[in-house]
Amino acid sequence: MTSRFEGELLEVSMGPQHPSTHGVFRMNVALEGEVVRKLKPVFGYLHRNHEKIGENTSYLGSMPYTDRLDYFCSMTNNWAYALSVEKLAGIEVPERAEYLRVILAELTRLVNHTSLLGFLLSDMGAWGTPLMYAFRERERMLDLFESLSGSRMMCDYMRFGGCRVDLPPGWMEQARDIVDGFPGFLDEFEKLITGNEIVIARTQEVGKLPTELAINAGITGPGLRASGVNYDVRKVDGYGIYPRFKFRVPLGEHGDCYDRLMMRVLELRESLTILHQAMDQLPEGPIQNPKIKIRAFKPPVGEAYGRIEAPKGELGFYLISDGTGNPYRYRVRPPSFINLTVLEDMCLGHTVADVMVILGSIDIVMGEVDR
Amino acid sequence: MMIGGGVLKGMAVTARNFIGSYFEKDRLTTVQYPEERSPLPENSRNFPFLVYDTDDAAAGLRCVACKICEKECPPQCIYIVKSEDKKPDYMGKPQFYPAIFDIDISVCMSCQICVEVCPFEAIKMDKVYELSRRERFDALLMRKSDLAKSNDYYHRIHPLEAEAVDAALDAAAAKKKPVPAPTPPATS
Repeated sequence: MTSRFEGELLEVSMGPQHPSTHGVFRMNVALEGEVVRKLKPVFGYLHRNHEKIGENTSYLGSMPYTDRLDYFCSMTNNWAYALSVEKLAGIEVPERAEYLRVILAELTRLVNHTSLLGFLLSDMGAWGTPLMYAFRERERMLDLFESLSGSRMMCDYMRFGGCRVDLPPGWMEQARDIVDGFPGFLDEFEKLITGNEIVIARTQEVGKLPTELAINAGITGPGLRASGVNYDVRKVDGYGIYPRFKFRVPLGEHGDCYDRLMMRVLELRESLTILHQAMDQLPEGPIQNPKIKIRAFKPPVGEAYGRIEAPKGELGFYLISDGTGNPYRYRVRPPSFINLTVLEDMCLGHTVADVMVILGSIDIVMGEVDR
Repeated sequence: MMIGGGVLKGMAVTARNFIGSYFEKDRLTTVQYPEERSPLPENSRNFPFLVYDTDDAAAGLRCVACKICEKECPPQCIYIVKSEDKKPDYMGKPQFYPAIFDIDISVCMSCQICVEVCPFEAIKMDKVYELSRRERFDALLMRKSDLAKSNDYYHRIHPLEAEAVDAALDAAAAKKKPVPAPTPPATS
């Protein structure tokens, strides 16, 4: 048997229904034995015409669609889009709204990174259990989102020049409870990861991303920082009110899956420090710029690119306005999509089982990749 | 060897969660859904409905068929036909009313932009769920009669928000009182 296929490549189509491809994503993998020799990612199964729809609806009308880009982090998507429109139209945001945005964005980061850790362990074969622990914590934060915005995942919360509704009574206490209890969960969860021999064997020296390639390919977010590049849009751009907060940017050294995994754990801890600071400093005041009309919003002619550090990397919206109620051009720079482009380089020479771990460590959401 | 201290530590975490789920409420968060239901928060939203005042759903409808929500709705799930004639609304002013007001809730994405853009506080978000139907088309198309719900109902599901809306409406009505003749409604 073995001699007949010696040296020949076997093409395998992985996905789009594979349980660990995080959605409908297909890879055409050429295998030599168990080792990956070629890998072609196939996108587009979840294409929804997001950008063209954005050009045909009003500026406000695109806001609920941005929730559906990366459906784990609708708050940061809202923020990125609101930031771009605010840049385009030169809108000021009240102080309280800025703080709320930071609090919600960091909560979103907690949601994203915890569920990513759960999914990654699930991809490695720890089927179910760690994922359920992660989802239990995530659910608490989704409850917060629901009591604030009305929806667990499709929050549609931010508006140009502020936020939609103010905090309901008791929200802050609940949020503080969750944030205070989170380190306990994280310590416990880390016991499942950090010293675990199986995790170490499956992730260390697997899927190395060289620093040079990471920079050239435009990788952003924890994947880039795991390769040792100090680049965080929160620090580089200092958008919103991030310069007011003290936090560190964790950096990796090896750029392998283990570094990417630990990057998430460390970022969770940094997010908690930001959350504590923001919650302590949250001022009273309006949450919405009163000058902004909700109906018939027309920004002046021009173009703007607003970007934020979404949990998955740099999320940007590029808008060209021709002075009408719809954007002339509406372009999304999705972190998942661009981070996914180096998948082949990371997978070559590893086994099929490693492909799943590498894909999981990139952290993709197909809603954002295919748009 | 693969099995070492780290794996055992992980097992201890699993065991603690398993045994803890019998004693600690934090570790067992599952709700046995059809039997028990977790309460929905005040701000929870699902699909839109039309608010009417007084007891008469047909006469008290706040909607004046201005069609702003139809225009602003991102997935275009609202269909309105304006009436030919006018009839008195709950404040006694002659107003247009929607002859047809349909919302296709299989298209609606619960973004509540219609609520935000409505100048008459006429459309609000409902909290109902369990709306599955055996039929895909007509059963999910909500007609005016399905959508009309009383202000009392609105007070029940969003108490704080409804209070604020009522206060704002009363203030607006008090301001308008001195004007003798009823003004025609803005139609844009």
